[in-house]
Amino acid sequence: MALLEINDLHTSFFTDAGEVKAVNGISFNLERGKVLGIVGESGSGKSVTAYSIMQILASTGKIVGGSIKLDGEELVNSGEKTMRKIRGNKVSIIFQDPMTSLNPTHTIGHQIMESILLHTDRNKKEAYARAVEMLRLVNINEPEKRMKQYPHELSGGMRQRVVIAMALACEPDILIADEPTTALDVTIQAQILDLMTSLQKELGMAIIMITHDLGVVAQMCDEVIVMYAGSICEQGTADEIFYNPRHEYTKGLMRSIPTANTFGQRLQPITGTPIDLLNMPAGCPFAPRCDAAMKVCIKCKAERMQINDDHAAACWMNVKSGVESGEIEFAPADGEEKSENE
Amino acid sequence: MSNTQNNKPLIEVKNLKKYFDINTGMFRTRALKAVDDVSFDIMKGETLGLVGESGCGKTTVGRTLLHLYKPTSGEIIYDGKPIKTKADVNVCRKKATLVFQDPYSSLNPRMTVSDIIAEPLDIHKMYNTKEERRERVLELMARVGLNSEHASRYAHEFSGGQRQRIGIARSLAINPDFIVCDEPVSALDVSIQAQVINMFGELQEQLGLTYLFIAHDLLVVRHISNRIAVMYLGKMVELTDADTIYNRPLHPYSKALMSAVPMPDPNIARANQRIPLTGDIPSPLNAPSGCPFRTRCAHACERCSEETPAFREIEKGHFVACHRVEELN
Ligand SMILES: Nc1ncnc2c1ncn2[C@@H]1O[C@H](COP(=O)(O)OP(=O)(O)OP(=O)(O)O)[C@@H](O)[C@H]1O
Ligand SMILES: Nc1ncnc2c1ncn2[C@@H]1O[C@H](COP(=O)(O)OP(=O)(O)OP(=O)(O)O)[C@@H](O)[C@H]1O
Ligand code: SF4
Ligand SMILES: [Mg+2]
Ligand SMILES: [Mg+2]
Repeated sequence: MALLEINDLHTSFFTDAGEVKAVNGISFNLERGKVLGIVGESGSGKSVTAYSIMQILASTGKIVGGSIKLDGEELVNSGEKTMRKIRGNKVSIIFQDPMTSLNPTHTIGHQIMESILLHTDRNKKEAYARAVEMLRLVNINEPEKRMKQYPHELSGGMRQRVVIAMALACEPDILIADEPTTALDVTIQAQILDLMTSLQKELGMAIIMITHDLGVVAQMCDEVIVMYAGSICEQGTADEIFYNPRHEYTKGLMRSIPTANTFGQRLQPITGTPIDLLNMPAGCPFAPRCDAAMKVCIKCKAERMQINDDHAAACWMNVKSGVESGEIEFAPADGEEKSENE
Repeated sequence: MSNTQNNKPLIEVKNLKKYFDINTGMFRTRALKAVDDVSFDIMKGETLGLVGESGCGKTTVGRTLLHLYKPTSGEIIYDGKPIKTKADVNVCRKKATLVFQDPYSSLNPRMTVSDIIAEPLDIHKMYNTKEERRERVLELMARVGLNSEHASRYAHEFSGGQRQRIGIARSLAINPDFIVCDEPVSALDVSIQAQVINMFGELQEQLGLTYLFIAHDLLVVRHISNRIAVMYLGKMVELTDADTIYNRPLHPYSKALMSAVPMPDPNIARANQRIPLTGDIPSPLNAPSGCPFRTRCAHACERCSEETPAFREIEKGHFVACHRVEELN
């Protein structure tokens, strides 16, 4: 049994303009001690996936179907009381802006201790010692002094480290990081990512790393999920996703970023406009922007197809190339006939 | 991206300083040295990338070059002519302009696309008839790949990438020679980023533009720039061509910066030997004596705290400000 098992999760926002299906039937597992990256276009449902796991959705948002199991325990419809025990304790989340998690009117020390007192049965003195220990762990110098400081007295990188200290104080099994370094400079980002990696190894926790930076994914992640329009279009080990992408959106994404090989050349952008979740096409959601789209893509959404043990993708191109290479053969019809390839 | 047309500088910057007066308490002000004695050239038709940590003075350099800030001291020479008088500045304003970072906040939501693009034309009275104005707007829209039907719509009806195109069309309205691009793609999703980056390249080829390109994403800067300048705490610490700064940086800060870039390739990323930098960038109000980088530099020696290293040409076209650059490399 995986640490986290998500099955056919649907999360929607009910707005004046209609139902926004922000997460539209996603399934994945997260194993203990692994780092899972989630990438995808802005608005593809990465954050909503994270908020669904934590059940911290906006009031108009609701999990409308599917299951989220943590250590075998169902979280969907488990009630606010259960979730309060999970949040910050078994699963912690950090955001792009550290001030989302920090209260400007309380000292750093007060805030870390509060989280420890809430989630563990440590007394005040023990909580203080633990808070100092955590600040030291995230490389904050003179932690006793910092305990008395307010968030505005710290730099952006230091605040994010404090937030990490707070998130890890109760040794969660899973840390969800939603663009944790997007607002930081590269050298500070490097410090934070190194810190997360070493803590992850030391504490054996799993990380869900949400980012639009493929460099961060390449550096940090064991597994990668690529999302498009609320669905998982591709999933696999980092090597498979980077070196053997099998969904046309992922291929386009890889082609559109500057790398060591594109210097001085034209980039190949993904054409067209991002999807409108209120007007989803019938077939593959990427079909309207896909240069390789076939008739079947416009009519019918591709199911998840297993490429190999480490890799799955939901793209009809895999059927086409499988038929062309002879890997997929159609047996003589003895039941229903099927001819989806061109 | 494109080749520099010739080796004549369009802009020469000599010992430029820009200090801001900051209130530090009752009746006391102190000078915040946002840009502290930088000298460099930008060649005609080239893209000079400008990188460095938040607050190091990139935007201030860009805005001072455009005379949106008055330099505290130093000289800016535009196309061979020193900019001194108000009249010089006004001439310069018709030749040099800015593309902003944030397409969301830099466009007035109550103006139509056509009025936004025509605003500089209105200001500089660059047309005779309404018809001329309209034609110019449509021409500019076509340049940046915007549909002419969009002219009468409002900016808020557009996606981020389209808004950035509107902003660029407006910047092109005065027929500039020089554009300061201050984080022009940072707010865009990667797929849209690529479209806009390509457009900057195409416009440069078509119109012979010269760019100062400021960005956080070092791979984007590398992609678009001919040469790259690295700033640290108000000073320029290294300047050379883009390949060299990536493959063979010489300044200890540039080395750490380049090694911190996460490469979007798992094998390269895993093999990367990062040069760790501890501590945070000091406040420009309390800049260290001597070399600005010495508080975070693993190679700092006594001389580094006593004497500010000069920005020297170490090899042809490769400038570095470090006392120990020769012995360290
Ligand atoms: N409170 C809300 N009300 C209505 N729609 C929402 C709300 N929050 C999110 N959405 C919609 O859900 C979709 C998914 O949003 P989400 O924030 O998960 O995107 P994301 O992948 O995290 O994007 P980004 O990279 O920009 O952070 C978007 O289309 C968004 O507009
Ligand atoms: N108008 C101003 N008044 C006072 N101080 C200023 C002003 N503009 C900038 N500064 C200060 O000057 C320094 C350089 O700022 P600048 O905006 O040029 O940095 P930057 O390199 O563009 O940073 P970023 O990457 O965050 O955009 C900073 O310390 C900033 O706080
Ligand atoms: S001058 Fe000294 S402190 Fe500055 S970068 Fe060189 S070695 Fe380091
Ligand atoms: Mg998000
Ligand atoms: Mg700036």
